[in-house]
Amino acid sequence: MIALKQRFSMSEVEAILSTIPDPEIPVISIRELGILRDIQVNTDVLGNASLEVAITPTYGGCPAMDQIRDDIVSALAQAGLTARVSTRLTPAWTTDWISPEGKEKLRAYGIAPPHATGSGQCHQQTTIQFAPKKGAADAYSTVAKAQNDNEAIQCPRCNSVNTTETSHFGSTSCKALYRCLDCMEPFDYFKPY
Amino acid sequence: MVQAEAASLASQHIGYLLHLADNALILGQRNAEWCGHGPVLEEDIAMANISLDLIGQARFLYQHVAELQADGATEDSLAYFRNPEDFRNYTVLELPHFPTNTGPLAGTASAECDYATTIVRNFLYSALMQLLWPALEQSTDGQLAAIAARATKEVRYHLRHSRDWLIRMGDGTDESHRRVQSAIDHLMPYTQEFWISNVAEENGARIGICPEISSLRAQWNRLVDDTLDEATLKRPPDTGYVTQGKNGLHSEHLSYVLGEMQGLARQHPGAQW
Repeated sequence: MIALKQRFSMSEVEAILSTIPDPEIPVISIRELGILRDIQVNTDVLGNASLEVAITPTYGGCPAMDQIRDDIVSALAQAGLTARVSTRLTPAWTTDWISPEGKEKLRAYGIAPPHATGSGQCHQQTTIQFAPKKGAADAYSTVAKAQNDNEAIQCPRCNSVNTTETSHFGSTSCKALYRCLDCMEPFDYFKPY
Repeated sequence: MVQAEAASLASQHIGYLLHLADNALILGQRNAEWCGHGPVLEEDIAMANISLDLIGQARFLYQHVAELQADGATEDSLAYFRNPEDFRNYTVLELPHFPTNTGPLAGTASAECDYATTIVRNFLYSALMQLLWPALEQSTDGQLAAIAARATKEVRYHLRHSRDWLIRMGDGTDESHRRVQSAIDHLMPYTQEFWISNVAEENGARIGICPEISSLRAQWNRLVDDTLDEATLKRPPDTGYVTQGKNGLHSEHLSYVLGEMQGLARQHPGAQW
């Protein structure tokens, strides 16, 4: 049983939470990912303080959410703090909440960071086709290629924007598979949600 | 009298939430049958990811129902310990992954599967939910609205995936065209069920929990027609028996889906690992 510490500074708590990595993309913290929404201190009638940490799930079925919950509780417990983790659904998590530092870390890790959700990428209706009978002339113009620089997905290795989508879903729901047509390397793209 | 009416409204509200939850769970379970058996690696992964989204939607909805019921029900008891007649999903979502006139009578996961059937079903359902989830963001049930906001983001990618494959296969080879057309012919009549509202949907629309389902029909038709046209496919007429899965009247296939899904939880209640 860990003794309950009654006095703690909020900055201490924030520092602890900032070190918790995302279980699936460990180079980025849950804070940088924008999952961490709120920290509140609740005091009971005996004057014992406990923390309530609110998190917003990235994807409804994300299997990492339980892991994140456990990680928060155990990281704070190590510092002698009791915490409860609550789930907050509104407003829904969006990739726009990933911090600039977080996006840079994703890129360095080999994942192209998401475009802003308002950009064309999100609503792109390009189709990957193999042998179209109809409209054969523009067959390969429908390959998921960038229409303009704002929508271009940049290769995280060589920075080329000459890239193409190979699959709408990657190793996890939040990513799509791309291939760089210059360095020929495949890479993940974090889809805007 | 007033109390009885309130109780009836509350139970219709729960019935509507279960309808949404069961839709997501049953299609999630069906699509997960591809896990490890996908036609290509990327599609295996895509189908597992789509399933994960759907099962995630179902979990939030079941948790919401469990809170409203406040009778000891949990997301697990709702998913694993209800019987086929208690499920409120559309019949089309429980069908096996092959046109039923070409396969065994019961659609277990071990049967030979047809990816065209999988894609067509995902397309028809995603096209509906891409309209319904945003409408549900305006629900008077705040928790449902929050769940809908999350799901709206997810369904956009599900629709894009299935629409893409529908066009690729329809406007593809003779074999892919033939198979996707026969999947359309097989599945399209089941979508009639989308548009005949039941008591839960009527009550829901009256008190602002959900939109009038018929208000989405024209947009859905346009999306389906445009896509089929681009895929060089023909839409069969809306004829034949109108299924009633959402009223608890299911095909024989649901029992097999549930048998596989619920077996472990029922044989080892409370098991942990």
